[in-house]
Order: sequence, then structure tokens, then C-alpha cells
Amino acid sequence: MQPEMLIQTLVSGLLMGFIFSLIAVGLNLIFGVMDIVNFAHGDFLMLSMYTAFWLYTLWGVDPLFSLPICIVLLFVIGWVTYQLIIKRVLKAPMLAQIFSTFGLMVFLRHAALLAWSSDYRAIKETLLSGRIGIGGVFIPIPQLVASVGAIITFGLIYWFMQRTETGMALMATAEDAEAASLMGVNSDRMYALAWGLGAACVGVAGALLSTFYYIFPEVGYLFGLLAYIIVALGGFGSITGAFIAGIIIGVVEVLFGFLVAPAFKYVFVYLIYLIVVIARPQGLLGAR
Amino acid sequence: MTKERQLLALKVVAGVILAIALLAFPFIFKKPFPQRMMILIFMYALLGEAWNILGGYGGQVSLGHAVFFGLGAYTSSFMLIRWGITPWLGMVVGILIAVAVSIIIGYPCFRLAGHYFAIATIAAGEIVGIVFLNWKLMGGAIGLFLPLLNESLLNFEFHSTKVPYYYIILAMLVVTVFIAYRIERSRLGFYFRAIKNDPAAARSLGIDLTKYKLIAMIISAALTAMAGTFYAQYVLFIDPFTVLPLMLSIQMCLIPVLGGTGTIAGPIIGSCILIPMAEYTRVYLAGKVSGLHLFLYGLLIIVFAVFQPAGLMGLIQRYRRRG
Repeated sequence: MQPEMLIQTLVSGLLMGFIFSLIAVGLNLIFGVMDIVNFAHGDFLMLSMYTAFWLYTLWGVDPLFSLPICIVLLFVIGWVTYQLIIKRVLKAPMLAQIFSTFGLMVFLRHAALLAWSSDYRAIKETLLSGRIGIGGVFIPIPQLVASVGAIITFGLIYWFMQRTETGMALMATAEDAEAASLMGVNSDRMYALAWGLGAACVGVAGALLSTFYYIFPEVGYLFGLLAYIIVALGGFGSITGAFIAGIIIGVVEVLFGFLVAPAFKYVFVYLIYLIVVIARPQGLLGAR
Repeated sequence: MTKERQLLALKVVAGVILAIALLAFPFIFKKPFPQRMMILIFMYALLGEAWNILGGYGGQVSLGHAVFFGLGAYTSSFMLIRWGITPWLGMVVGILIAVAVSIIIGYPCFRLAGHYFAIATIAAGEIVGIVFLNWKLMGGAIGLFLPLLNESLLNFEFHSTKVPYYYIILAMLVVTVFIAYRIERSRLGFYFRAIKNDPAAARSLGIDLTKYKLIAMIISAALTAMAGTFYAQYVLFIDPFTVLPLMLSIQMCLIPVLGGTGTIAGPIIGSCILIPMAEYTRVYLAGKVSGLHLFLYGLLIIVFAVFQPAGLMGLIQRYRRRG
């Protein structure tokens, strides 16, 4: 085994890990603020990828320029999801909450299947196409840009949560919605904002991912599933935890795919998750 | 006669009529479509009841129950194909294997609460799915085709008519409902509900949480595995995409949720609604527009979760309290 190959593997795992991180941070933003797991999260990602794809195919808009459109669109989708569905199940039992977003997942996935067929699609040429080589290790530019985009987005979210008044109100709502509302924080608006921001994260991830990943109606399945794993691994409610866990999962995935067999790489991802949560039920950086 | 006795007499009469109707059904409806529909309704009602024992009464939301269904199906099929062993014996072995796996999954995972447990069961389900997908001996992604044998109860195969399958799954459902009924009214049932409603209080009263969660898991897994063998014998073909997918696990959970969790009637009601809807939309729409039935299915789930979060039993109970 050549060391370059191992390094190459680790680099590609790391690059994928940042995208996983960004998706999981969005999911965790929603979970952290209101204790609801969005099972349709992967399908929000799918919508963002198709948006980038159609903007490119119909009008030749490069994914880099459709990025802001994807962000705004997904923010609106998240916000509307909250207003139409989530708001009504806030006080419902956990199972009803699970199924409201699970139903949304089935609905969106098959809506996409009906509208756009099950064909695998890809954006062939973008402004980012190409790769750079450093000492025998090749880094594809789309993945590199996507990773940088993911890091910047995470930084912005982190800054927003820690430094702005709205962000702090959001965290206060997460801590104790009732106490926060006594302090004059409108928890309804905060919940809607969390859904908007959480979905906007996959808006970014989807547009960036569309530059190098296949686009098909079920693309959200694996990404969604991994996002739940990453969120639970990092700790429900911890944005930093989700970010770190995403990178770990990205590296574990390609490393075991490389060392053992590609077919079994997700077995190791799920095993790592099980081992970590059983040894540390609150996840790596979870509070409880 | 007092009002209670009248009610009891009414219940007995209704029960007898229902029993006769169910037994006579295959003689009245001779076409394959209604028979197939009833078989599926019974099978999913059984799966819902099995899930309900752990998830509804015990409050442990499992989204990985397809594992036990798949283990039941794979074990009896493999033993039949390899060694020519009757599926009935294979079913018993499948149940034992499913019980063993349920302990392996349950014992460590029962330390986890809420969403953590649910996601852990998804992870366990995905692991088993990937293993079977890549397990050459078990047919891998191609799956297992069961050999066509002479029709007999011992062989668990019927070709000229599907009616025997109808009675077999009906009997399995009756056994399952009986077990659920006995649990509901026993000490075990009270323990399960105590664990669900307030684990800390249950523990302080001296209930061994892990032990009783495991008992619920074992009963639930065993019944699910039994249905797995039935499915394999009914369809005579299994692969990881039909007996082990996450979608099946979710379906098993959805049926009691739709009808009402923690009740005997809930899973039956859920199955009576969901399966005909899925079958009719599949038959009438799938030919024309593929995927449309699942699109509507998704919409229905959202509507239900939003407007009737306690399931249909919640609706009935509310009506009763008022009336």
C-alpha cells in the first residue's frame, strides 16, 4: 500500500466530511432549538440539488451563482414547513412528530420522482471543474470549494448564534422556551427561524454538492440518514459537536471503504455511532 | 338486565359475527385480489401488534424491526433451500435467532432514551441490511428463490389456491392478539406502561427497567420473525430490499401510530386503513403514474400526524368520553 493512496483517501474523506458536517449542523439547529428530528432533512438537500441542476440546465446558471437562490429558497421551504406542519405538532407525542416529518420525506421524495423521474443527473461543466495536485495527492476543486463553503457557513452560523442578539434569543429558546418567552422572546418566531436556518444550511450544501455529486430523487436517503447519525454522535443540540462528528464520519467512511471493502463502509459508520452513543449516551459534545 | 350485561351480550354477538365473517370471507370473495388484500391486512396488523408491545406499551420506539422480519424470512428460507427442512421448523429457529439478535441489539441500546434509541435501531437495521446485501450464501442482492414443492401444510406451500395462507395468517394474528391481550391485562403490561410513562418512578418502585424492556423486545421480535417466515412462504422470494428495508421498519411503526399506540385495536385499525389504501392506489395508479401512490401516502401521513396525533383510537376514545 502506497502512502499517497492512504493520504489521498484521507483527503477525500475529509472533504466529504465537511459537507456531512454542514448538513448535520442544519439538522441539529432544528433539533437543538425544539427537540424535533426532521426526517425530511435529506430531501430538503435533494430539493436544493435539483434547484441548482435546473438553473444550470435551463438557463446555464453556474451552481456557484445559484447558491444564493438555493439558500433563500430552502430558507423559505424550512420556514413554510414549520408554519404548515411543525407548529401543529409541537405539543403532540414524539411519534406524531416523527411521522409528520417522515410523511414529508415520503411526500417530497415521490413528488421529485413524479416531477423529474428517477434518472440520475449531473452537472457536467462548472466554473469549478478541475483539480489541483500537491505532491502526488489530487484535490478536486469542486470538493475543495464545497468544503471551504461548508466551513464558512458553519463559521457564520456559529458567529450568529454566539454574537448576535437574535442568535442568543434562539439559544435561550433552546434552553428554556418558557423562560425565554417571559424575557420577551417570541418562541414561535424563533422556531420558524430555526427551521429556516436549518434548511438554509442544506441549501448551501445542496448547491455545492451538485457540482460533483449525482442528483436523483433518493439522494436524500443516505445523506439524511448519515446526518441523524452525525447529530446523535456529536450530541443532540450541539452545533460544534455535529461539525466535528461530520468530519469523523467522512473520514471513517472512506478509510474503512479503503481498508476493508467499499460495500461495508457504512457498517463501520453505524458501528462507530452505536459504540459512541452506548459508551456516551449524550454524544460527543451533548449536554445531557 | 343491567346495562353492563347488555353491553357484554352485544360484544359477544358482535365477536361471533366478526369471527364467522372472517372465516367465511374466502368463500364469498373468491378472486385473488380481495384475498391477497386480507392476507396483507392480517400480516401488517400482526406486525403492528408486535411492534406495539415494545413501542406502544413499553414506549421504546424501534425503527429497526425489519431486522426481525428479515431474520425470520431468511432463516426458514435458507434452511428449506439448503437442507430441505420444513419451514415450520425453520420458523422456530428463525424466532430463536431473532430473539438472540433482539437481545444483542436491545441490551446495550436500552440505555439510550428517546431519539437516541430510535436512531440506534435504525443503525442496527441498516447494518443487518448491508450484511445480507453482501452475504453471498444468503443470495446477496439477488435474494433467495424458494423451491416449488408439493402443496401441503407441512411444506407451507399452496399454489392452486391461496386460501390456506389466509387461514394461516389469520390464526397467527389471533395468537398475536391473544398474547397482546394477555400482556395488557397482566402485571407485565402494567410494568411496560409504568416504564413508558415515567421510567424514573418505575425504577424507584423496584422495576428492573432493562429486564422488562428486554422482555417486551423479545416477545415483539419473536412475533415479527414468525410473520417473516409467513411472508417468505407466501411470496416464495425474498431479498434485502423487500424484507429488510428501513421503509418496512417504519411501516410497522406507522400502523399502530395511525390506529393508536398502546391499544389492542389500534394496529388492526391502522392496518385496515393503510393496507387497502396502499393496495388500491398501487393497483389503480401505479400502472399510469409510478410513484403517485407513495406521494399520496406521504400526504396522508402528514395530515394524520398533524390532525390526529393520538391515532384513530384517540378519536374513538374522545367520542366515547363525550357520549
